Amino acid sequence: MSNITRDQFDVLVVGGGPAGLAAATCAAECGRHVGVVDDNPALGGQIWRGEVGKAASEAVDWYARLRAAGANVLCGARVFHQPEPEVLLAEAPDGPLELKYKKLILATGARERFLPFPGWTLPNVMGAGGLQALVKSGLPIAGKRVVVAGSGPLLLAVAAYLRQHGAEIPIICEQASWGSLVGFSLALLRQPQKVRQGFALRKQLAGISFAASSWPVSARGERAVEEVVISQSGKNKTVPCDYLACGFHLVPNSELAALLGCRLRDDLVQVDDYQQTSVAGIFCAGEPTGIGGLELSLVEGRIAGLAAGGSAPAAKPLFAEREKLRKFARVLDRTFSLRAELRGLPLPETIVCRCEDVTCSRLAQHTSWRAAKLQTRCGMGPCQARVCGPATGFLFGWAQDSIRPPIFPTRFENLITFSPEAERSEITGGRG
Amino acid sequence: MPEPITVTVNGTSLAVPGGATVAVAIVLAGAACRKSVTGETRGPLCGMGICYECRAVINGQLHCRSCQIICQPGMEVRTDE
Amino acid sequence: MSGLTYDVVVVGAGIVGAACAEECARQGLRVAIIDRDVIGGGATAAGMGHIVVMDDSEAQFALTRYSQQLWQQLRQELPADVEYEPCGTIWVATDEEEMAEVRRKQNYYAQRGVPTEVLDPQTLERLEPNLRKGMAGGLLVPEDVVLYPPCAARFLIERAQGAGAKLHLGSSVSQIGNGLVRLADGTEFSAAAIINAAGAWASALNPGVNVKKRKGHLAITDRYPGFIRHQLVELGYLKSAHSTSADSVAFNVQPRKTGQILVGSSRQYGAEHGEVDTGVLTRMLQRAQEYMPRLAELSTIRVWTGFRAATPDKLPLIGPCLGDPALFLATGHEGLGITTSLATARLLVDQIAGRNPAIPIEPYLPSRVPAEHAYA
Repeated sequence: MSNITRDQFDVLVVGGGPAGLAAATCAAECGRHVGVVDDNPALGGQIWRGEVGKAASEAVDWYARLRAAGANVLCGARVFHQPEPEVLLAEAPDGPLELKYKKLILATGARERFLPFPGWTLPNVMGAGGLQALVKSGLPIAGKRVVVAGSGPLLLAVAAYLRQHGAEIPIICEQASWGSLVGFSLALLRQPQKVRQGFALRKQLAGISFAASSWPVSARGERAVEEVVISQSGKNKTVPCDYLACGFHLVPNSELAALLGCRLRDDLVQVDDYQQTSVAGIFCAGEPTGIGGLELSLVEGRIAGLAAGGSAPAAKPLFAEREKLRKFARVLDRTFSLRAELRGLPLPETIVCRCEDVTCSRLAQHTSWRAAKLQTRCGMGPCQARVCGPATGFLFGWAQDSIRPPIFPTRFENLITFSPEAERSEITGGRG
Repeated sequence: MPEPITVTVNGTSLAVPGGATVAVAIVLAGAACRKSVTGETRGPLCGMGICYECRAVINGQLHCRSCQIICQPGMEVRTDE
Repeated sequence: MSGLTYDVVVVGAGIVGAACAEECARQGLRVAIIDRDVIGGGATAAGMGHIVVMDDSEAQFALTRYSQQLWQQLRQELPADVEYEPCGTIWVATDEEEMAEVRRKQNYYAQRGVPTEVLDPQTLERLEPNLRKGMAGGLLVPEDVVLYPPCAARFLIERAQGAGAKLHLGSSVSQIGNGLVRLADGTEFSAAAIINAAGAWASALNPGVNVKKRKGHLAITDRYPGFIRHQLVELGYLKSAHSTSADSVAFNVQPRKTGQILVGSSRQYGAEHGEVDTGVLTRMLQRAQEYMPRLAELSTIRVWTGFRAATPDKLPLIGPCLGDPALFLATGHEGLGITTSLATARLLVDQIAGRNPAIPIEPYLPSRVPAEHAYA
């Protein structure tokens, strides 16, 4: 059996993206013993993936501050269980970690929302952020044709990034209408920072065609995607490509918060002014409290870090900035809400649950998530419904089951590393 | 730029950029990652360890998420294609 | 109030209720099935799903064997998603004392016409190479089966519906008895016979019915086809599973048709909440890993809990409820509800329709067990 590593922190931060980095840094600067645990091979989350060694990145400043403040970083470690209050278990390459904490900050980020359409399971049909992550992880993209589609500001950032790395972007398809995008642009004008980013982005995207009210109808190809049929202004049009990068905005990673008993509303973790959840001593910052982007994640992370670090009064001056950014988050929600037509994309034979290959027509026979799950295995695979859950939520209006450990698949032996002393004596063995 | 390293994908040696994930090595090898339960070939989807589409056999261990594991010299990767 | 009249109203769409409804409908009775949730959403969804013979008592053997034969007769008609897998059970013996139990069991089953095979250590190792080395041997019961219970329950309900039964899901029952079933929304069903097949919740509907919740945990791995080939059960199972007071765990693993490995089992009394109990889960998985060290490295994708309906003498309650001859019980199946569902349905409908039962029904009649609380 692999050995368990035990560690103890004043403040433990789950997630090393912008919110987690800011939170860990601020808590450590309060003089607390801080740990940051993250599933990815390096810090930075998705947005700063691969920027550890790069100059002129905001990420680098945070890494430096975090190091200076003396926080412990545990990468490649995925939290899967809270066996008892104030203890988390994580799976790491060299064996499980038992992490004790006094205060906990959840900065678990968001994932892309994927919607099923014919051909979406073909190789090289990926998330927009998904393809970007692969390119950041070393995938050469120069000379490849990438159709970028779905919804949300991430599409533009991804298109710009891919183009900068030599990809050809035939088109960006945004399902939201021009009408809602204009409203979004006006909201951007109230955020000088966002305006600057917007201008930079426009320059990077110059010459790429951008279609609003447009979405992928199907992806086709033999071994991998070769062309995408897109709906644009009500007409279908075929675009040849090497990759389809497609994600429909973001959904929060709120499973850990749910496991810990934190109050959620519409899958969003509910927090007070100091980013504290309904469970005392557990804070949450960034996307799980509402999809709001980098700046909001940073400020929420700073507030959570200061509050968990024992310097709550120092967090107060940040409230105004957070409020401004939250307004922007609400505009994001409105702008990129999904249009009803997308519910019609999957054909009866289109797979919805990719782990168990459950088709749309099989799901459509059922009236609840639980019935569908028990009868078809939808959501019973290793992704634990992280892909098909949000999809069926949109397609059928189904709410998910309650959360149970392990919240990610883990090695069998990792589930037996923790045994509360008190209970050991009460349970008899098989021969007992 | 870190030195390229050599890994084996389905028995064939392959140089990948240092720091590349196993998922990248699989795509560079022209392979898909796995066969779905009804036999479709699948490649990476989310790129961040959530969707489990990029599962592959790494050094004999089944069901590894190749997008979250950095290539190490001599690593043996098998896909389920 | 709308008056809905049936010959039989079955409360509970788990495997037992489904089997009862199907049997009634096949006899030409007008049947309604009511469940507060979905088909097979209780112990049927939570359990392991085996069709096994057991020899804890003569009555238990008679019921499990009878029911196993009924499943065998149904086998050809089961749709693929029921995942009927005749993998057999191996009772694993760790030492000579347990080998003595293997021989006793073999003798018992041989006398009653159940084929078995005693396995020496080499044969056991060849059949199940992932078991710990150095086992004393085992007993193979080749006719034992595993299946996927929620789809089996749905199949039975569909057959009942095909014979005219009506299904009402998402309807909570607030009151049953004296020929009347009342739903929480006020709807009333009247019936010549009411079957309480509400599993561990049967006593919530009929206070005094002596069933208790017995909580269990299960874990399932990702797909590792061929890792095990039979259902494997430790021989300490009987001693621990049927100790009626203490919490216990036992080694019991199953190969699912998907290639997944289902790992159990645990038994707890007095646990009312469905949360995973880390202490019990840990002990259960430790036990499994002791028997099967290579489980350690397998990816485990889900853990869940459920509640068995347990009776004091470990036999189900099949028959009329004391004090209300129109109210029948079909509950208390503990960990054997999938196995014994079909026989339960036959024996119950035998009583309702006045047929001769294939096996003596006395050991299962509710009147044998003193009610837990007298009707006050």
